Amino acid sequence: MLATRVFSLVGKRAISTSVCVRAHGSVVKSEDYALPSYVDRRDYPLPDVAHVRHLSASQKALKEKEKASWSSLSMDEKVELYRIQFKESFAEMNRGSNEWKTVVGAAMFFIGFTAILIILEKRYVYGPLPHTFDKEWVAMQTKRMLDLKVNPVDGLASKWDYDKKEWKK
Amino acid sequence: MASEVLAKPQMRGLLARRLRIHMVGAFLVSLGVAALYKFGVAEPRKKAYADFYKNYSPEKDFEEMKKAGIFRSIK
Repeated sequence: MLATRVFSLVGKRAISTSVCVRAHGSVVKSEDYALPSYVDRRDYPLPDVAHVRHLSASQKALKEKEKASWSSLSMDEKVELYRIQFKESFAEMNRGSNEWKTVVGAAMFFIGFTAILIILEKRYVYGPLPHTFDKEWVAMQTKRMLDLKVNPVDGLASKWDYDKKEWKK
Repeated sequence: MASEVLAKPQMRGLLARRLRIHMVGAFLVSLGVAALYKFGVAEPRKKAYADFYKNYSPEKDFEEMKKAGIFRSIK
């Protein structure tokens, strides 16, 4: 389930432009990339060109009607004119999605996979720890640090009660 | 599409309102962080140093260390 969604997420970005052009064919020609294009962007509210470039006959008639008084336009005609000009409304282009769940899920999956690799590495690849990590050695080391009064104001020696010879509660 | 009329949204002064909110917010957040640091970190640290040095005797400290046997030049 997660895998298919992750692959579709990756695939959306990975499809090359030429494949997209072949699919759309007559709508977008590859030479058009240098011409002003239509974008749905919050910070560019009035794009350089209209969304629909080749109007059908009824749309051309509607554009003629638009040159007259606008109060004669019906609500559906106004919406039709809007949709000629723009692909998605602000509400549509700003809609949220559930993509974040796929991203978080995939990230956690790969972190977990890395954890498995690290466990295998510790078990089969690494040698033993140095003898200075043994419990007895660390105890001797800590005793010496307390004798030296390391960091007596805020640090290690400040947590030791020298009168009772135990850690402060 | 909707048959009822929607309320007219706020058209002007959007940036000014955003700036005002964020100026006030930034001021309060900085003040809060500074206060938290002062009373969470700075004051306890000053107190710890004051308490440590209130009854501190370097001679006593030295004798304790000598007895613990950490010095190489003095037994």
